[in-house]
Formats: sequence, structure tokens, C-alpha cells
Amino acid sequence: MTETTEIQDHTHAHRAHADHDKNAPKLYLGILIILLILTCITVAASYVQFGSGMANVAIALTIATIKATLVALFFMHLLHDRPMNSVIIVMAFAFLGLFLGFDYTDVASREALLPANLKVVKPGAPTSPPGAAPGTLIPAPGTPGANGTTPSMTPAIPAPAEEHH
Amino acid sequence: MSEPAIAIEHGGHSHEEHDPHLQHHFATYEQQFDASKIGMWLFLATEILLFGGLFVGFGLMQGKFPDAFFAAHHHLDKNLGFLNTVVLLLSSYTMVMAVHSAKTEKRKQTMIFLLITLTCAAIFLLVKYFEYSHKFHEGLLPGRFYHHHGDTVPNQFVFFSFYFMMTGLHGIHILGGMAAIIWMCIKTKAGDFSRTHYTAIDLVGLYWHLVDLIWIYLFPLLYLIS
Repeated sequence: MTETTEIQDHTHAHRAHADHDKNAPKLYLGILIILLILTCITVAASYVQFGSGMANVAIALTIATIKATLVALFFMHLLHDRPMNSVIIVMAFAFLGLFLGFDYTDVASREALLPANLKVVKPGAPTSPPGAAPGTLIPAPGTPGANGTTPSMTPAIPAPAEEHH
Repeated sequence: MSEPAIAIEHGGHSHEEHDPHLQHHFATYEQQFDASKIGMWLFLATEILLFGGLFVGFGLMQGKFPDAFFAAHHHLDKNLGFLNTVVLLLSSYTMVMAVHSAKTEKRKQTMIFLLITLTCAAIFLLVKYFEYSHKFHEGLLPGRFYHHHGDTVPNQFVFFSFYFMMTGLHGIHILGGMAAIIWMCIKTKAGDFSRTHYTAIDLVGLYWHLVDLIWIYLFPLLYLIS
């Protein structure tokens, strides 16, 4: 492969783009106008209360995502670019979504783990029977196991007691 | 065994009649351009994750203190936020036009579009300056510096911690973009761009659009959401 043929290939590729290039300014102007209209819609929508507050958030973020997609596809040329660049940016957003999703489900599901919902270990009480290996389970006071019926295995959670300093 | 010898011969050969724009480790301009572009997109991906962390934190804290965030966002001026959004969208358009002009070898037009983009960036920062000084004056500051009087809803400092962190980091990106655009003006004046060599201005354009894209999310989240 000589260099001259490679350069010719290159100019051929550019000739194919020439048609796209000619119409590009009109396209860009059109995208700008759409973006400005969408911005006005977002501001107008913020003055209206749609049901819950979450509906307003959803509307605002949906419009923002449409705008961001337009910018990425046309201003950042992703539509006519190599697919690898789209893969990179979509993956970035996918991982951000993963981060967002797991964080929010974590926080939303913490209610059951509030200190008030945990069994209180009395100060001074041994968190595990003497001689037991760390991490072994002991019957919590007041459980059926304490009366000698079934040796129920409730984990002793020392965390709330430790938090009081 | 003959392969390395050929490679050396080829390398030596291309050194003679080589275009100064094409680096030795690339076979074609196209390959060189694509490699630069992938690098830029990877950088933009890290930028999204950088701001993404702040967005996730903002969302979590808004869930924790919804009343404080609602009360605090009333201190922001929607109109100024809207003005800045329009200015930044306009600058994105002029930037893409500058890239297009560089690609079609219209040097004067490239220069004009770059200068308009630069002006838009300056207007954005000027508006931001007025907004910031108003908040400094009112004591609407992040964390323990918050000393606004007459609040009925507590914990509003949390909102302003995020407000200053997010808009501040975004502002630094605008400054960086302005520096890059000035550099592009110098390159345009020197006639560095042609139909085949416009990598630098194309990548600066990508960066500028990302800064715009982040503001597209910042504006509704900070100024509009109730």
C-alpha cells in the first residue's frame, strides 16, 4: 500500500461528505432553533404544577435529555461519526445510570435498617457468649430462644450501641 | 525476519516526503484523526463521570431535604439562568459553525464564529459573576459559611454547597474552553486549518459542546425544579 493511494482514498471519503457539508449550516441552525424552543418549554413547564413534584422533575429531565441528544448527534457529529465514539459516550452514561440506580435503591431501602428498627444490645452486655468465636450468632434477649423453646438464631447487632459515643 | 527491515525502510522513506501534519506512527490522516477523536471522547466520558458524581449527590440530598431544596432554589433567578442557557446554546451553534468553516477553508468566517463563541462565553461568566456576588451579599453560601437571615426552612446550606460546587466546576470548564478557543483563534490566524487538517478545532468543538450539554442538565435541576 503506497501513501498516494491512501491519500486518494481520503479525498474520496471527503467527496462523499461534501454533500452533507453543503447542507450542514442549515441543519445546525435548525437544531439551534429546536434547542431554544425546548428551553422555552422547560421554563414554561416549571411554572405549572403537574401532579406530584416528581412529575415536574421527570418532564424537565426528559426535555434536557432530548436537548442533550440533539447536541450530541448533530453538533458533536455522532450521527455521521464512527460508531466507536458513540459506544464510548453511551457507556459513560450507562455507568452513570448504574451509579445513580444503585445509590438511589440503596438509600430508598435503608428504612428497614434504621437504628430504631434494630434490637438494642444493653450497654455492658457481652455481644457474644464468652469463648465463642467472633461472628457467631447468639439468641437475642426476649426471643423464644431465651425461654428455652427453640434456639432461634438472631444476629446480635452491636452497631447501635457503638454509635452512642 | 524481513518484516522489521521493511518497516525501517518504510519509516525512512516516509521521513523524506512526509506531510508535517501526519505523525510517523499513523498510516493515514484518517487514522490519525480518528485516534485523536477517540482520545477526546474518552476524556469527555471521564468528564461525564466527574459531573455525574455531583449530580448523584445532588439527587440524594434533594431526596433527604426536599423542603430545604425547594426553599433554596427560590433564591436563584430563573431569568438569569434562562439567559445563560440561551447564550450557551448560541455559543454551541457558533462553535459548530466555526468548525464547519475551518473544514471548508473559510478562514475569515472561522475567525468570526470563534470570536462570537468567545463573546458568548464571556457573557455567560459575567452573568454568573452577578449571580454569585448577589449570593455572597445575601450570605447564601455553601456549608458553614451560610449566614442568610430570616430562613423559615432549615438546611438550605446543603443546596448552596451543591450549587457552588456544580456551577463553579462548570465555570472553570468555561474558562478552560475560552483558553482553548483563544488558542484556536491563533491557529486560525496562522492558517493552520484546511480541508484535511482540522483536528484541533474539531476537538475543541467537542469539548465546548460537552460544557453546553452539562449546563443543559444543570439549568433545570438547579433553577427550575420545585
